[in-house]
Amino acid sequence: MTALESVPRREVTPQARRQHRKQMLTVLAFMSPWILGFLIFTLYPMISSLYFSFTRYDLLGKPKWVGLHNYQFMFTQDVDFWLSVRNTLWIVVVAIPIRVVFAILTAMLLVRANKAIKIYRTMFFLPSIAPAVAASLAFVFLLNPVYGPVNQLLSKLGVANPPLWFQDPNWSKPGLVLLGLWGIGDTMIIFLAGLLDVPRQLYEAADIEGAGGWQKFRYITLPMISPVIFFSVITGIIGSFQYFTEAFVTSSQVGGLGAPEGSLLFYATHLYDQGFQSFRMGYASALAWVLLVVTLIFTLLIFRGSKRFVFYQGGMFR
Amino acid sequence: MKMLLPRKLAAVSLLAAVSLVISGCTAGTDDSGGGASVAPAPSITDKTPVTVTMWSPWTGRELKQFNQIFAGFTAKYPWITVDSKGGIPDDKLIAGINSGKPPDIAISFGVDNIGKYCQTGAWQNLSSRIAGGDGIDLAKVFPPSALTYTSYKGQQCALPFLTDAFGIYMNDDQMKAAGITAPPKTLTELQDMAKKLTKFGPDGAITTAGFVPWFTYYCCAMTGVNMGNMFGAKWYGDDGKSAFASDPQWANLFKWQRQFVADVYGNGDAAAGTAKLKKFIAGSGDEFGCSQDFVRGRVAITIDGEWRNAYMKDCSVKFGYSTAAWPVPDDLPDRYGSGSAGGTVVGIPKGAVHADAAWLLLRFMTTDTATIVHMANNINNVPTTYDSAKSPQLTLPEQFKPFLDIYANPMSSWRPNTGIGDTDESVLGKLMDRWDNMSVQDGDLQSELQKAADQVNTALNEVSGP
Repeated sequence: MTALESVPRREVTPQARRQHRKQMLTVLAFMSPWILGFLIFTLYPMISSLYFSFTRYDLLGKPKWVGLHNYQFMFTQDVDFWLSVRNTLWIVVVAIPIRVVFAILTAMLLVRANKAIKIYRTMFFLPSIAPAVAASLAFVFLLNPVYGPVNQLLSKLGVANPPLWFQDPNWSKPGLVLLGLWGIGDTMIIFLAGLLDVPRQLYEAADIEGAGGWQKFRYITLPMISPVIFFSVITGIIGSFQYFTEAFVTSSQVGGLGAPEGSLLFYATHLYDQGFQSFRMGYASALAWVLLVVTLIFTLLIFRGSKRFVFYQGGMFR
Repeated sequence: MKMLLPRKLAAVSLLAAVSLVISGCTAGTDDSGGGASVAPAPSITDKTPVTVTMWSPWTGRELKQFNQIFAGFTAKYPWITVDSKGGIPDDKLIAGINSGKPPDIAISFGVDNIGKYCQTGAWQNLSSRIAGGDGIDLAKVFPPSALTYTSYKGQQCALPFLTDAFGIYMNDDQMKAAGITAPPKTLTELQDMAKKLTKFGPDGAITTAGFVPWFTYYCCAMTGVNMGNMFGAKWYGDDGKSAFASDPQWANLFKWQRQFVADVYGNGDAAAGTAKLKKFIAGSGDEFGCSQDFVRGRVAITIDGEWRNAYMKDCSVKFGYSTAAWPVPDDLPDRYGSGSAGGTVVGIPKGAVHADAAWLLLRFMTTDTATIVHMANNINNVPTTYDSAKSPQLTLPEQFKPFLDIYANPMSSWRPNTGIGDTDESVLGKLMDRWDNMSVQDGDLQSELQKAADQVNTALNEVSGP
């Protein structure tokens, strides 16, 4: 007999039951706007898209059940699928580490206290609130190979053949990375908060021990902000798998969806093209579900691996 | 027991949700097609007062001009009033049709969607109405090009209401300075003229291009549709499969382009010409503004639609210009005078409540000369009937005339309508993009065309199967 079983049961009176039910109804009534919104705008579309992913559905006719055909087509016949996967993985593998490193470095510059620091912090954060479409258009202009100020500056610095940026398949994705770095403010501000949260006494103790700058960064700063890095990487990966606006706007400006030469055809833009331009909503739904599953797998893998490199100061809640 | 109940509940809920989804998805849908019957429809005698709903993509000034046409219609059919709503693109129209609450009549700028609309029956087959008591003698009213882009496999699901036509624009001042007095009629002439008109800076960069033979230069110049029509290339064979690899005109087009780049811009070296052109194109101005390359004199000869005339006027260009049909391959002189023609279409969606009244409106707006002339004068597109194109009421500039002729030319066309929308052109466009950038070498052209054809055939199979 366990201790729990030895506790005598309290009699539940009908009045208490009514009271409990009333409380539950009150809670549900307050939650109902969210519950309805979730059912109508999240669960229903998700179940619909799962069903559509097994159909041939062009938005105009009746969905026709095709079983796993859409998934089979995706992996065996759709050449643009693999192109978009490669481009998306490039952004995940190249852009995210660069973004994280750049955001940490920027935050470290802005962590020092001086009179003008609030102005600097605001200046660095401001680009992140610019709408993605406006920022993309601005970068198409800035990186214009002929009239853009970036290439004009490079020419003045003696670069004989500056990059053609969004006009060149080899430079189009690096151009998007630059655009991403310009809008680093949202990530930077999280790192800044993380850096400001590192206990000062740890650095003081390290100073007493004679640790150098790199050692302090490696053994104090980095572990202490590792949860922030982890968060940034996870959200970055999820965002990168859904990378759309910047790629859509820039490629549309230089020759159409995915241009130049398919170098800016990302998974989400391919999905959009299939669903809303080619009216293959069944296939687009299948693409969406594969995206969800792959993102989930990546996230879970990183979560599992995080135990090795993420240090939580308040470890009891892990 | 207590643990099992929520699971059962969840399973039942999921089943119910899936059933709901399935039933919801299929409600109001019908893929019976646009109706194959061509039995003439009887004359419409019902004069019960009715309000016809009209959806169009026009907005602002253009919508205002468009709405003026209904006064003439209601004067002729006083029992019908029109409720016109603008700013509705094709995706919203499709949503309306899908929801079971479509308009009675719809206008679309998406000429590429007609095949889809016809194939799925989303737009009604008008053939029986056209042949009926309130019908239209299509051959007498519209040029053949207009009927190709509004039909699909014999089903006339739409009728044209203004269109775009494509030809060439020439900078007269630059032509005169180069000693050129007439428009090019063959591609050899075009190449010779381009060489005379092109100017290079001291660093070897192109400062003025005679003609830019770049497939992905602007949206509407050397497109697959335009180039296919210029070369008389077939999109599909008799077996209904893509003809990219089987019709040699496609390969001829690609080879001509590379040879042109090498000769005019690379001194015989295609790679050098490509490098120069890439840099030149990178500095192109906004296509739909006054910085467009032809409008600001950066390019001497260009392919474009009739709408560029309006920009020439609005941007108050300082040089003289003229227009003509585009040049044709030297071995196809008969094709001179033709071009591409395709534009705005009108149809009656599936589920239209007042289809009879909608047909009267559709017939009126697509055939009434005064209406079409009013729209052509104000929207600056090509009027779509023979009579309207000859109307003395047209107030369009003289440079507009060649586009009227191109539209009327029996060899002008768009691209065959299929159930895959513009997928065929999109696949070709991707190959063109890679060809422009020399990512495809001469020796790989045929195999790349075959791959493109395979992709289109796969897309066609996806629509009809599995």
